[in-house]
Parts: sequence; structure tokens; C-alpha cells
Amino acid sequence: MPDARISVPPSVARGKPFEVRIIIRHAMETGYRTDESGKSIPRNVIRTFTCRYNGDVVFSARMSSGIAANPYLRFFVTAKDSGQLAFEWVDDNGVRGSDSAAVTVV
Amino acid sequence: MRVVRVVAISIAAIAIGAVFGAALASAQERALPLPALRSGITFAGSDVRAMQADDASNPGFLWVESGEKLWNAPAGTAGKSCASCHGDARSSMRGVAARHPRFDATAGTVQDLEARIGDCRVRRQQAAPLARESEELLSLTAYVALQSRGLPVEVTIDGSARAAFERGRAFYEARHGQMNIACAQCHEQNWGKRLLSETMSQGHGNAFPAYRLEWQSLGSLQRRLRACLFGIRAEMPPPGAPELTDLELYLAWRAQGLPLEAPGVRR
Amino acid sequence: MTTSLQSRPSRTRRRLLQSAAAVALVPWLPANAAADELPEIPALSAFLAGRKPRLARVHLTLPQLADNGQTVPMKVSVDGPFGPGPRVTAINLFSEANPVPEMAVFEFPVAVDRAEIDSRVRLATTQRIVAVATMSDGALYATAAEVIVTIAGCMDGT
Repeated sequence: MPDARISVPPSVARGKPFEVRIIIRHAMETGYRTDESGKSIPRNVIRTFTCRYNGDVVFSARMSSGIAANPYLRFFVTAKDSGQLAFEWVDDNGVRGSDSAAVTVV
Repeated sequence: MRVVRVVAISIAAIAIGAVFGAALASAQERALPLPALRSGITFAGSDVRAMQADDASNPGFLWVESGEKLWNAPAGTAGKSCASCHGDARSSMRGVAARHPRFDATAGTVQDLEARIGDCRVRRQQAAPLARESEELLSLTAYVALQSRGLPVEVTIDGSARAAFERGRAFYEARHGQMNIACAQCHEQNWGKRLLSETMSQGHGNAFPAYRLEWQSLGSLQRRLRACLFGIRAEMPPPGAPELTDLELYLAWRAQGLPLEAPGVRR
Repeated sequence: MTTSLQSRPSRTRRRLLQSAAAVALVPWLPANAAADELPEIPALSAFLAGRKPRLARVHLTLPQLADNGQTVPMKVSVDGPFGPGPRVTAINLFSEANPVPEMAVFEFPVAVDRAEIDSRVRLATTQRIVAVATMSDGALYATAAEVIVTIAGCMDGT
């Protein structure tokens, strides 16, 4: 099952901000729901999310149960050199997820 | 002579009546005439419409992408993937979702898309059956449904599908549950009016499987129908029950011509 | 509370005292007027630690009426320019009525030319959301937005 769906423009102009969009498959379980037997479903949300551009962190987010399931993020990164965007996230259970996308700077 | 003439005319009249009757039966009376049909998306708020319109942020695509992977992955003792027989889904599956539910001769019954995929999985791939609402079945259904995106819903209700269609229509028009309400009362007589802060739609299923905000997940049309029954405090048939498939067939006929939306997003 | 058993004269006296107290507080209100635009959220006060954000430059866009409180699209942005001057280092989001008031923190470790984020939030009920932008020179800018959240017309038990 793919963890995430990423959208980055096919090519970006040097020095200009470009749009990055990512949607991550995660239930972002709030901890306030109960299952059919009435038992509480434990909280498990993505806590930290980072976006590295050629190794440098350019954007990060600390999330909570206040972010909806299958979290969606759209943010901007200023284009420098061609290379890679590396995304990483960790949830309350310590499960890590990652994905990446190429950046072509013209 | 006169008696013979009367009999001849009577026979002719009956014959003509039968022809007209058959024509009427296949033409069917529609409570919602085709030009009046509106997809549920036209009753949705701006949030839902924006989410469905943008492929990059439509959460349903997470399942579509899973479905594409599953389509190409070998499964079962036969070691075949869907692609082994069906090749590129973009061509082989084009129009398939828009024609379901349909009567399948091998299965001997009307099947919705989920049942058809499940069948192939067991019969052709000799793989374990896929449970309704399982991630795998939702993903495959979403992927196949995408290949009919924008195509008009068009199902057959003649011949072997007839009985299921009639049962579906009877279910739709009958009252159910503690609230003793028929589907037709909300979705035919009161569509466009408000239920608390929501506007009631015409109740079409042309956007399923859909990512429903209430579920925080993609789900099938059968799940949505069961939810509706829960809402009117009626007993829900189990997922995959024939009553639900009959109802899906009736709904698809009712929605004839509406473009299929995939993956749908609904509140 | 058995109001019917209360004697009329004591109710009138209580009401007089209440309105008198309100009148007495009025001179205090204008001093807090600027902060009045932001809702009272303990977590927000703790974060601000006595600092007063300017109610400018930050824009928070959410629907007035959410389709479903489980998933509400949100956009937060901070007006530039950020050239040689101070840049945005973080945007904090606070909820007035959620069980967890600190909704999210978005951080910008490097200079960003466009400080704009879209996401989707969960809102437990009708409430105001607050966004606070922290600049590299310590300046704070903030804004608030209100969203109406209603329950579904039909219950879904699936």
C-alpha cells in the first residue's frame, strides 16, 4: 500500500518558490473513539513531519489529533538546485513513513 | 362472420397491447425524469467539491494508487495478476464500472463491481476471497472505477436482470425501520430540501466508491446504503446481501446517463 | 435550582448587584480590548507568555460552515515580503474548543519566499481557530477565524 501521494511541478524556476503537495495515508486516530465493544481505540497520530531538500530541512510540521485523517499538506519551497525532496514522518506508535520526489530546476 | 371479425380485432388489439406493454415495461416510469437528474456533488458544500475536483489532494487517490499496485501484483496459486489477463486497465476496464451492477452468466446472479472483482479473484486467480470493505477490495474497485470516470452510467435491466431490478425498486419504494421512511420520500419527494444543515440529494450512487468525510476513509456504495438504513433506524442487511445488490441495480438505472465520478468525495 | 421558591426582592437585588459589578469592570475592559479579538485559550496564553501579537499580516481561511467537522480545509498564510528583513520561522495553530488545543506547528528552518500552508483540520464543534506567526526577530502576528460545525443530518453507524 503506498504511504503517500506527492505532487511537485515537473520543472521549477531557480530562486522562485514552488508548490509541494503531499497526502499521507494515516488514520490519525484521535484516541476519543470507541470500538464496537465500547473499548477505547488508542490515540495514534503522526507527530512529526519533515521535508528535506537535498538534505536540508526546509519545512517541518508537528501535528496532533486536530489534523484530519489522511493528512494533507501543501507548502512552498524556494528552488535552488535540482535534486530531491525527501519526506519523513513518525507517528505515536513510532512507525516511520517516508517518500521522495525529484526536483528539476531550470 | 361478425364474430370472426370481432375475435380477429380482439386478437390484434391484445397483440398490439402486448407490444406496447413490453415497450412500456422496458421504458419504465421514472419518478425523476432523465433531464432532471443531478449528481450528489451538486448538493455538496464547497469543501467537498474542492476535494473531489483536485486529483492531487483527493484522498480517494490513495486507494486508487493501491489498486493500481494490486492490479499488477501476482496473486493466488495461479500466480497471475489482474494484468496477466486484462492487460492495461485503462483500456480493458474502460466502461466496466459504468455498466455495473450487471447479470453475470457464470455466477448466475446480478453482481456489483465489488462482487465481480471478488469473483475473479477467487475463480481466475485462485486467491483468497476479498472481504467487503477490505482495503484490497476497496483499492481494486476504486482503480477500476477510475477507468470509467466521466462515462455515463448505463445498466441493463432486461432479461436475467429484471427480477433483481424489480426487487430493488420495491425496496426503494417501501417504508423501512423505526422511522418508517421509504428512500423515495427523501430522495424523490424531498430532494433539495434541508435535513438539519445538510441538503438532501437525489440519492444517486454515481460517485462510489467514495471518500466519505464522515468515514475518514474510502467506502463502497453498499456501505453508504447501510448507513442510510442505520439513519432511519432500520436493520442493515450484511455487506454483500442480495437486497443491497438489487438496490444498487435499481439506483444505477435511476441514475442513467449521469457521469461516473471517481474517486468520489462526499461528506 | 428552584427559582420559583426565590422571593422576588432577593432576585431583584441579585440582578442589581450583577449589573453593578459589570459597570464596575468597564474601566478594565478597554485595556484588554486588543487581546479581545483573539479568543481566550489557555494554551495560547501559555505560548504567548505575556507577549501581545499584532493582529495583522496573517490570514486564516476556513469555510464559514464546515461540510463535516472531521475534515475541514484550512489555509494559513503570512504576508511578505521576507527579503532582507525578518522572515517567518513558525506558525502555531490553536483551537478554542477541541480537546487538544495545540493543533499544529509549522516550522520554517530556512528562509521561505512564500509562507502559505494548506491542510485539513478536525473541529470538534463550532469554534474559533487562532494562527500565530513567529518572525525571526521575535515579532508575533496573529489572527482568528470562526467555523460553524454541525452534526450530520443522518446518523452513520457503519
